[in-house]
This record gives sequence, structure tokens and C-alpha cells, in this order.
Amino acid sequence: MKGRAILTGEHFMHGDHACTEGAIAAGCRFFAGYPITPSTEIAERMAQRLPEVGGVFIQMEDEIASILAIIGASAAGTRAMSATSGPGFSLMMENIGLAVMMEIPIVIVDVQRGSPSTGLPTLPGQADVMQARWGSHGDYAIAAYAPWSPQEMFDLTVLAFNVADRFRIPVMVMSDEVVGHMVERVVIPPEEQIPRWERKRPTVPPENGFRPFLAEDDDLVPPLAHAGEGYRVHFTGLTHDERGYPDMSAETHHRLVTRLVEKVRRNADAMIRYEGYGLEDAKIVVISYGCTARSARRAIGQARAAGIPAGLLRLISLWPFPEKPLRELARQAEAFIVAEMNLGQMICEVERYVAQPVIGVNHAGGAMIPPAPILEAIEEVATRGARIGRRKASAG
Amino acid sequence: MAHALVAEKHPLDDLIRTDRMPHIWCPGCGIGIVMRCYAQAILESGIPVEQHVIVSGIGCAARTPGYMNLDSYHTTHGRPIPFATGLKLVKPELMVTVFSGDGDLAAIGGNHLIHAARRNVDIKVICINNFNYGMTGGQVGPTTPLGAKTTTTPYGNPENPFNFPYLLAAAGAVFVSRWTTIHARQVKEDILYTFHKPGFTFIEVLAPCPVGFGKSNNIDEGVEEMWLYRRRCVLAGRVPDETPWEALQVDLREERPIVVGRFVDEERPVYRPVRLEDKPSEHRG
Ligand SMILES: Cc1ncc(C[n+]2csc(CCOP(=O)(O)OP(=O)(O)O)c2C)c(N)n1
Ligand code: SF4
Repeated sequence: MKGRAILTGEHFMHGDHACTEGAIAAGCRFFAGYPITPSTEIAERMAQRLPEVGGVFIQMEDEIASILAIIGASAAGTRAMSATSGPGFSLMMENIGLAVMMEIPIVIVDVQRGSPSTGLPTLPGQADVMQARWGSHGDYAIAAYAPWSPQEMFDLTVLAFNVADRFRIPVMVMSDEVVGHMVERVVIPPEEQIPRWERKRPTVPPENGFRPFLAEDDDLVPPLAHAGEGYRVHFTGLTHDERGYPDMSAETHHRLVTRLVEKVRRNADAMIRYEGYGLEDAKIVVISYGCTARSARRAIGQARAAGIPAGLLRLISLWPFPEKPLRELARQAEAFIVAEMNLGQMICEVERYVAQPVIGVNHAGGAMIPPAPILEAIEEVATRGARIGRRKASAG
Repeated sequence: MAHALVAEKHPLDDLIRTDRMPHIWCPGCGIGIVMRCYAQAILESGIPVEQHVIVSGIGCAARTPGYMNLDSYHTTHGRPIPFATGLKLVKPELMVTVFSGDGDLAAIGGNHLIHAARRNVDIKVICINNFNYGMTGGQVGPTTPLGAKTTTTPYGNPENPFNFPYLLAAAGAVFVSRWTTIHARQVKEDILYTFHKPGFTFIEVLAPCPVGFGKSNNIDEGVEEMWLYRRRCVLAGRVPDETPWEALQVDLREERPIVVGRFVDEERPVYRPVRLEDKPSEHRG
């Protein structure tokens, strides 16, 4: 008897397992990975679950091989994923660019730990968020999501596959050790309620001069022909023309790279996700994501109880960055506080869009930022006015 | 008056992206010969063209997929084998060939090479060995003989090279052969043979790179290297009893035999992903 692909129902589930179930529910049938704390439970559960549903699990020799294997599997038409943490994520960087250039959809989960280097293998971090956006060489754009709960490990993994397929880009799920190892209620909906965005596929038969990198639609996404379908398509990481043929001209290069970046920009509304708490009348806006947003939510609750008009903008998509809500909040807010478990990364993005003072609540990682330092920052702004600077959060 | 017979179409035309000609390869380069052998083997294989997939890394040899009218993937330096592994595992009905250079497969991609051989993934590797990095202008590589000159070993190579057949046999490849670009027939025959041989197969083809290894080591013309192959190549006996593995080490600069032939042709279980279709699964959830 085969296992069920979609475990519809209510569960008390581990974050990494919820991510695995999200992937399988989304139709992921290929996983290639290399064990690394704190993401290993994803690989282990994949090894158990994929054979049950007719999928393929393979443990590769390293993370470079892992990302290549998922790009290869996806090129053949299968939804494919890998999961890793900082050191492995670094090894994958060159080939994120390959997936971007070939426009082959893949999903990578980074369960972030304390970094750089080997850092704190078993403890949390959020310091790979800029790497997710900029880690591979060259100009490109991707999407990345930051789950704050096991439920979102499920939901955002499903979304990641849909965004990857719909727009032919690599999508990252930027989790962290706290969320990855947290056990919480996870509701898995029935199959028909799991959204599915399909890949755009060729509509002309192979003989009719299919041009695989010609994006005729406004969304700038060309249809994707899979290996073995008779289209005899050439895919290369070299700069290529609409036929997929290498073309070493500055003009073609500019046209291609601009389209790849513009493709994400133009479709950003479909990818962007965020959530607000108490923002309607907020004068002090806290911005946070992932596990840190859990502390931030508590901190703004405590501030509200003390009569301070604080609110939380929780970034669910880190990339594309939710700039619209931020620009709107800039009309009402007096100051912004960015709480993140790194020494100031997404704060740089916030600073790009607002003129108000932006204060960071930061910690290099190793333990969750508790609500207290975020509350202190809110109180300080409320009583003494905003003072630009980054604060050290003492993690509990 | 007799009419000249004009062939309108070469039988291999359909397999080659003629609209991409001229190619980038130098005069005297050996890669094109091997590409032709591959195309001929596809034609003779009886396997529909749509089922053939070619994957490469980066380098001169790795440009071959761009010229083949097939589903073709020109990946990153060193990485064709893991790409091909993922592709093959989800569509096992496809015939997946990795066509790349010695530097790509044995230096930056060396780890993937030995692990794929160990797993015995069903992919066909054709490795062009020109004893150096051609594309970047003739630097030392993992196959450059000890003492040989290259642009990054101007005083001679201080490193020992890999002995490809020995390495692949040890790693577990089920088929290992070596030929040179004068052995077009044997190369074609072996490619054809490996199409029908399940498992990880490896064909090494020694090929002239006159502007790289040739130039630095006084083999100025491609044709000169072809004559050298012709003079020195000997067919291997059974390894290791008749021909020891060490005899397979190649150094074009020395007047000694270059051993070619089939060295390994074995049966070993092919890597198959675990499937539970037939087995009862533990109930979950
Ligand atoms: C990560 C990375 N490092 C270096 C290079 C530069 N590079 C391109 S081809 C090549 C060597 C190719 O040599 P080989 O595989 O022997 O192929 P050949 O050109 O001789 O056919 C190198 C070092 C690259 N493209 N990517
Ligand atoms: S550099 Fe060497 S390998 Fe590359 S095309 Fe020229 S002759 Fe061939």
C-alpha cells in the first residue's frame, strides 16, 4: 500500500517535518540533499516519505551536487527541492545563478543557524537573508520566504513551489533553527484546497520552430519544455538568445539579464506576502520576520498595553521585499524598528524606503531575541524620541 | 553527360545544429571527431532522438551540447554529472550522456565523478582528455603528465596525473575504455555499446589540443598528435594480469606505448531509487 501524499488533518508537527509535508503536498517528487543541522530532519523525512508516494530521494555527495541534481530533475519536469543550512547554502550559490539563467524552477530551504562559517550548528540565526538575495554572482532576482511557525513551514513551502514554477525562478524558504525545530499545531488542508500554479508549457508542437527563451507574454515568462518532449532545446548558463543559443553580445546580454530581473519585479505582487498587527494607527512600526517576529508581536502587544501606539509589519516574503506597505506606513509612522537575528541586514532594505529614523534590534544569533529588547526599543522611542542606531539585544 | 550525384542532406544533419556553425573549436582540435562519433552512435542506436539527452559542464569539450540537435544542457564547470543524475532519476526512459572535458570531470567535478561511479547511476560519460584546460588557454590539469609544461607550470608540472581508467575502475564504473581521436570507429562502437549497457559507463578519448598542451610540449599540429597516436597506441591485454594498471598512465612526450582498449566491462546492480510500490508501507498519519 502506498502512503498518502497529503496528510489532511490537524497535527502536532515539527517545523522541518511540516516543510517536508508542504513539499510533498505541493507535488515535490524529487529531493536531493546533504545532511546538515538544523535542516537534516527534512532530508530524513523525505527519505521516508518520497518512496511512499512514488518520488525519488537521493543523498548526494555535497550541496553542490544536490542543487545540480534538483535543477536536472526539474528540467525533466519534476518538482524538486533541497534543504540545507548556511555552509551548504554557500556551496549552492554558483548554481542558483544557473537555475536563474536556465529559468529552471527549484526550491531551496535554508534552516538558518548561527554563522558565519560552521558557526553555531544547533542554534538559530537569520544572517543568510542577504545571501539569499545576492549570494550568486551577477544581477538576478529570486523570491524568498521567512516562515515563523511550523504551519508556515507547510504553507510557504507550497507557495515556494508555486512561485518557482509559475515564474521559472529559484525560490528559497529562509527558515531558522527555532522554527525548524519547533513543534506546533499544523493544519494540512484537503487536496483541493492546496493551491497549484502550473508551469507555463509550450503550446506549439516541436516542429513549429519553438523558441524556448522567447517571452511573448506580459509576465516575461517563456514556456518551459522538459527533457524528452521532442523540443530538442538548448539550455546554457551562458548568455543566450531566444533560441537558447549562446550569444556573446552586450546587447543580448543586457536584454536577457534585464528580462530576468524585470520578470520578478513585474510579477512581484503575486509573490509578495506580509502581515500587519496593530498597524492602523501605529506611530512606531516594528519590522521583523521568522522566529524573531514572534517576539516582536509580543513586544508590540506589551507596548499597546502600556498605551504606546506600536505595530508590527511582519515580512513573510523577504524577497521580493514588501516595499508598498512600507511606503504607506512611512506616511504615518514616526520611527521604524527592525528586529532581526543578525547584525543588521533587512534594515538596509527598510532604510531604502523610509525617511524616518530606523532603529535596529540585533543579535548575532545563537538564541532567539526575546520580546524585552524590542519592547525597550519601542519605549525608548516613545519616551525619548527616535535615536538612530543599532541596539544590541541580549538574548535570553 | 553524367549527372553529378548531389547529397542534399547528410544523414547526421538532423542531429547537428547546423545553424550554429561555424563552431568555436580550433583547427586541429580533436573534439569534433568525438562529437561526430556520438552523433553516429545515436543514429545507429535505434533509440529515438527525442530520448537522447546530452549534458556538459564548462570547457571546449563541454561546448558540444550546443552543437547537438538534442535536448542539451550546458551546466556549470564540473557539474554535469549531478545534473544528469537528477534528470535521469526522474525520467529513467531517457538516454543521458555526459560529454565533457578532463578538467571539468576530474578536477572541479572529480568528487561527483567518483560518487556517480560508486552509485552506478545509469549515465554515459564521454570524457575528452587533452591533458590540459583548453578553454582557459592551456593550464595544468589533473591529467597533465608530471614534468609537462603548461601556462601555469612554466617550469614543468610538479604533480602526478590521474590515470583515468584506473580511477574509474576503482570507483566502480561498469564499463571503462580508452581510445584516441584516430580510433573514430572504436569510439563510435563503444558509445553505441554503452547505450545498451546499464550503469555508469566511462569512455576516455585522448584528443589533440594543439594550441594548449600541444604548443607547450612541441606537438604543434593536431595532425602531428594523430600520427603520434597512430605510432604508439597499443591494444591492452586483460588488466591487470596482462597489462598492469600502471601501464595505462599516459605521457605524450615520452616514446612509450599509449595503451588503449576496453578495460572494464562488468555487471553490477544499477542505482535505482527506493520505491515502495510493491512493498507494504507502514501506515502514517
Ligand atoms: C567555477 C569555475 N571555475 C573556473 C572556470 C574557468 N574554466 C572554464 S573552462 C575551464 C577548464 C576546462 O578544461 P577541461 O574540462 O579540461 O576542458 P577543455 O576546455 O580542455 O575541453 C576552466 C578552468 C569556470 N568556468 N568556472
Ligand atoms: S583550445 Fe584546445 S580543446 Fe579548446 S578548441 Fe582549441 S584545440 Fe580544442
